[in-house]
Amino acid sequence: MEKEYYVCTGCGLLCDDIELEMEKDLIGKVHTACRVGVAHMKESPGEAEYLVDGKKVDEKTAIEEAASVLKAARNPLIFGLGTSTNEAQKKAIELAEKLNATLDDTSSFCLGPLIEAILQEKFKTCTLDDVRNKADISFFWGSDPADSHPRHLSKFSYFPRGQEKQRGWEEERTAIAVDIRKSHTAKICGNEFYQVPPGGDAEFIEALIAGLSGKLPKTSFKFPPKKLLELANILKGARFGVIFVGLGLIYSLENLEPLIKLMDTLNEKAKGDFYLIPMVGHYNMRGFNETLFEKTGFVNSVKFEEGSVKHGPGYSVVESLKAKTVDAALIIGSDPLASLPHSIAKQLLEIPLITIDPCETLSSRKAKVSIRSGVSGVEAGGSATRMDGVQVPFRPAIDAKRPSDEEILSKLMEAL
Amino acid sequence: MTNAMELYQLLPKTNCKECGKTSCMAFAVALLSRELTADDCPPLKNEPKFKEKYEKINELAGPAGGATETGLIVHEELCFGCGNCVVACPVNVANDPYGVGSGNAPKKNEKLILTIEDGIVKAQNVDECRRFGKNKILCTGCIVTCPVEAIEFVV
Ligand code: SF4
Ligand code: SF4
Ligand code: SF4
Ligand code: SF4
Repeated sequence: MEKEYYVCTGCGLLCDDIELEMEKDLIGKVHTACRVGVAHMKESPGEAEYLVDGKKVDEKTAIEEAASVLKAARNPLIFGLGTSTNEAQKKAIELAEKLNATLDDTSSFCLGPLIEAILQEKFKTCTLDDVRNKADISFFWGSDPADSHPRHLSKFSYFPRGQEKQRGWEEERTAIAVDIRKSHTAKICGNEFYQVPPGGDAEFIEALIAGLSGKLPKTSFKFPPKKLLELANILKGARFGVIFVGLGLIYSLENLEPLIKLMDTLNEKAKGDFYLIPMVGHYNMRGFNETLFEKTGFVNSVKFEEGSVKHGPGYSVVESLKAKTVDAALIIGSDPLASLPHSIAKQLLEIPLITIDPCETLSSRKAKVSIRSGVSGVEAGGSATRMDGVQVPFRPAIDAKRPSDEEILSKLMEAL
Repeated sequence: MTNAMELYQLLPKTNCKECGKTSCMAFAVALLSRELTADDCPPLKNEPKFKEKYEKINELAGPAGGATETGLIVHEELCFGCGNCVVACPVNVANDPYGVGSGNAPKKNEKLILTIEDGIVKAQNVDECRRFGKNKILCTGCIVTCPVEAIEFVV
């Protein structure tokens, strides 16, 4: 008998093997998910709630109010969407087109450039299933999946048996970590942990490239050349190597050039091939980036204008707020008031906000219109794009009393 | 945590060897590894003056002493359900290669030692553990793979 599995939308790993025991209409016992996933799935599925200026109203009033805010705006900002389904994201993009809005997500200040480079095929990439089946080197750079994606190592990148990896992790896989501190992941990597000082990644890459090319690897922070050469040798022996790039590395690099050069060198010098997978945090940030890229050629920070698209840092959430170019904001599944630096976030208090979110957040409390949506994957079905680009469809686990963000966006569209 | 010294303090400390061990300390170690129980020390079991100590030892080293029979202890407050130990445990892999052995949900539950329930590791079928029984070996699969030292064996 095939078991019935659910998908966890607790992080970008989108684990698709979660078993649930239902208790009445609620989720009871959760099997196989990590603690983060369990907390996410058991988050209490409240009632639908529509607030205008903090007062409860009915759905129709809230949607109409939101529509009139957006209509009145000259250049509204649509932001968030990292925890929305592919379907909801498509709706939001349509809405942005219709409103001549500025559209951005959190990737503009995190992994956006990396995902763009992958979509532009500047890096070779592979799926997590390939990693499980073939990878002999899993290299975590500036990423700490043990904390951010708890099942990453057990489900894909280190511990599982795979088609060409039948003998187990001790014999057939090597996990490597480069980080500024000994993270939980680094701990698992044991001797293959390489500590760099903050901001030292570019130099470490340079030195590693030198080591791979048979030169003496030198760093200003005096990383032991012998240890670096050992690392270069391990990497050279790889048949199927994967680098999991996290924010730690992206924030430390001025641009992606060093990383591109490293990947090229690895692919030239190693026995086999090297691939790169971005460690996307939100369960569907990559989905947003891919859908927008398909439509416009850009992954984030766009402004629609009468059928044409403009793109650039000026259209990112941070810059457009700084420059005060946006005069209303529709925020979906994100809490910029809490997450952006105060100097920028405070500009959000100057313009009318509309929030769509399952939770009460700082942003929703300050919003003109706030709508509580269902948690996707728990209360709403749809599909999402995993960190490696694989499409994962899912259905809701419980009967929702709250509308999905897709439904809310559709209604908003109609009201316009 | 219970250690051999603590158990030793509760023994008669006469080194009479009736238990078959060379000393009370050796007996304490055997208690800890669940090789023997309090009943295997005749003076402890039979002499009324040791009654309290006998009961205390049963509490600490008996089957219901917090640890499982192999001495496996899960610190639930530390465990975050990453599943590393579940996937790395050789007994789990042998019994369910395509389920937990491949990183997935269990396909065959019967003989699994470690599984994840509500985000925390749960131990069962511990008599299957490689540290237990006649051909025991010092397996460390679930210990070295845990990022937070949530699994411990009290031996
Ligand atoms: S690793 Fe991520 S997707 Fe998998 S169960 Fe944990 S939170 Fe959910
Ligand atoms: S039988 Fe009891 S008292 Fe005698 S050596 Fe063994 S543990 Fe000590
Ligand atoms: S000691 Fe070895 S056999 Fe026993 S539970 Fe841990 S990993 Fe499994
Ligand atoms: S490896 Fe440690 S944290 Fe992970 S599930 Fe096992 S006991 Fe829990």
